[in-house]
Amino acid sequence: MTLARATGVILAKELRTEFRSRELLGTTIVFVLIVIVLFSFTFNPTSTESRRFGPGLLWLAFLFAGSLMLQSSFLREQTNDTLAALRLAPIDPFSILAGKMTANFLFLLLVEVILLPVFAVLYNVAILPVLPQLLLVLSLGTIGLAATGTVFSAVSAQARLRELLLPLLLLPVLAPVLIASTEATIGVLRAPSELSPVWLVFLTCFDVVFLTAAWMVGEYLLEE
Amino acid sequence: MRLALRGVSLDIAAGECVALVGHNGSGKTTLLKIAAQLTKPSRGTIAFYRKENSVPLEEVKNSVGMVGHHTLLYEEMTAEENLTFFAKLFGLAEPIERARQALQPVGLAGRATDLVRTFSRGMRQRLSIARALIASPGLLLFDEAGTGLDPEGQQWLGATIRRLHDSGCTILMSTHGRNETQSAVTRAIRLDGGKITQDSGAGGNPSEVLVMAAVRDSGEGDES
Repeated sequence: MTLARATGVILAKELRTEFRSRELLGTTIVFVLIVIVLFSFTFNPTSTESRRFGPGLLWLAFLFAGSLMLQSSFLREQTNDTLAALRLAPIDPFSILAGKMTANFLFLLLVEVILLPVFAVLYNVAILPVLPQLLLVLSLGTIGLAATGTVFSAVSAQARLRELLLPLLLLPVLAPVLIASTEATIGVLRAPSELSPVWLVFLTCFDVVFLTAAWMVGEYLLEE
Repeated sequence: MRLALRGVSLDIAAGECVALVGHNGSGKTTLLKIAAQLTKPSRGTIAFYRKENSVPLEEVKNSVGMVGHHTLLYEEMTAEENLTFFAKLFGLAEPIERARQALQPVGLAGRATDLVRTFSRGMRQRLSIARALIASPGLLLFDEAGTGLDPEGQQWLGATIRRLHDSGCTILMSTHGRNETQSAVTRAIRLDGGKITQDSGAGGNPSEVLVMAAVRDSGEGDES
């Protein structure tokens, strides 16, 4: 079976199980909403301040959402040892990671798209005129977040204190994504809007490097 | 480093039904996981069809089915969805039809659209066997598959193993005490501390090894 087909089968399974229970999406959306609202209570931002500080707070909230959501990506497979069932199948081990990465990317992007209007209202930022540029930055940042998070979710799922381990591993590694995404978002929300190619290239490179690394070590990551 | 298996050398012919007996921690599960390609041995090799390292991994995986103590099933999916998912992963043609057919012999056709989480332990184990058989493997591995089953369930499992053995499947199973699942056994091997301490041999009488193991197990039970 080809890598793409196996990835598709696993992605379909991930989407089916999540949209059936909606546990993870529901919890994450509520959690990030609370974070964004609490951030807005801590200071009463003017439009200029929001453009400067808002993107950082927004990406921090997405980072927290990621560490919460990605935790269960491989933890779910522990319940009935279904990871063993996946590994018994004659498929490329990377397809297991790729299917989960794609599902996590879509879940996180959905959470972000739902939260953007809330952010725009609370922080007094106009996002509609720059929506395409913003979605590009969100997509590139979220690919990095989903790829890294899925890999570390696989690593931490088999460890003790796994709930603590994932954020401890994930957050430092994602610091470059946080910086690049925040800077790119600040540029997009600035008046006049400016999409910095430097940060876009940086995010693309991070995504490519991490996806390649995951492809190379995928087999070992899933071993017991 | 503590080794789970030490100096184990074993040759299993096609069509044999081999029972692995021994205390908890004697290495039964590790041996089965190595046979299923889920664990790589730190030393030594495993050969399929007497062709060391020359059989493609995909071919090996297509010919191995495993039923574990865990069900290896997704609880948030229905019985039919589970089997369809695994049929797709094995690249089988008409996966939905294949899944429906696989539910017939395990007596779950009437529960095809029910979520696995609503199933009893016995029903889950039956579905787990249907999952392991979905790609018609030649080698079946059972890791204490009878654990947690009531006497009726054990009887059913024993009859199923007998039927599979009669149809030409090679079976390697780990088992505890004396139970219904051992009725088809043609050879019994005792593992102690990761070493083979008793082997009834291909043409030998497995009853002696099984009875001895059952006596030791019950003795341990009395002591505890």
